[in-house]
Amino acid sequence: MKLDVPSDLGMVGDAVELVATHLPPGTLSPRRISFNLRTALAEALGNAIRYGNGEDPDRFVRVYVELGGDFVRIHVDDDGHGFDSSRVPDPTHPDNLEREYGRGLFVIRHLVDDVAFNEKGNGICLTLRAG
Amino acid sequence: MRFTLKKDKSGVVIVGVEGQLIVGNRQELKQKVLDALEEGSRKFVIDFSKTGYIDSSGLGVLVSLSKKIREQGGELRLAGLNADLQTLFELTKLDTLFAITRTAEEALAAF
Repeated sequence: MKLDVPSDLGMVGDAVELVATHLPPGTLSPRRISFNLRTALAEALGNAIRYGNGEDPDRFVRVYVELGGDFVRIHVDDDGHGFDSSRVPDPTHPDNLEREYGRGLFVIRHLVDDVAFNEKGNGICLTLRAG
Repeated sequence: MRFTLKKDKSGVVIVGVEGQLIVGNRQELKQKVLDALEEGSRKFVIDFSKTGYIDSSGLGVLVSLSKKIREQGGELRLAGLNADLQTLFELTKLDTLFAITRTAEEALAAF
């Protein structure tokens, strides 16, 4: 499944539903689809649209869903300059707890089985395994 | 997805979140609560019993609203989190920032 999502934050929910409802039955448990996949994909799309593409209406976020026998892998790529994921501060540190932003990557890491970035840092790959 | 606001007889505003609270709709929730705060309401319960998922932008807006409500001498309580959402609050340690109850009724009783 391939999807080009306009750089409009209002499209995130619809794009997430489109992906989640088109997965073949049995790929992941309903609970993993309804929470882990939806939340992690919403995070990845929101980051790509806001920080990657700067909400530029002329740019799209590219989503590619890869299905394996026991996994779903979702690639989300934007047109931005990328970022260094190792430099994201810990949002659970007491100094950061009351900050409005900065939890996205932390949440993604806890909801999926594997997170990978391309070399430039403007593409993220989320892997969720069955079980 | 939609947000509903109603006020109970003691003046507590109960906000229902149906569907999801994410980057695409968080500003709508924020504005509705800020409008109620501006109109004089000080006690709020956000009821997530009909909520499927919340992303980090949704969490962020709750943090922001909680601060603004506290600054006005009020309080924001959260209720109705399912097991997955409860885990989300625990792993982000936001469960230490909010008063969380099992149901909206329990939140109302605690004011």
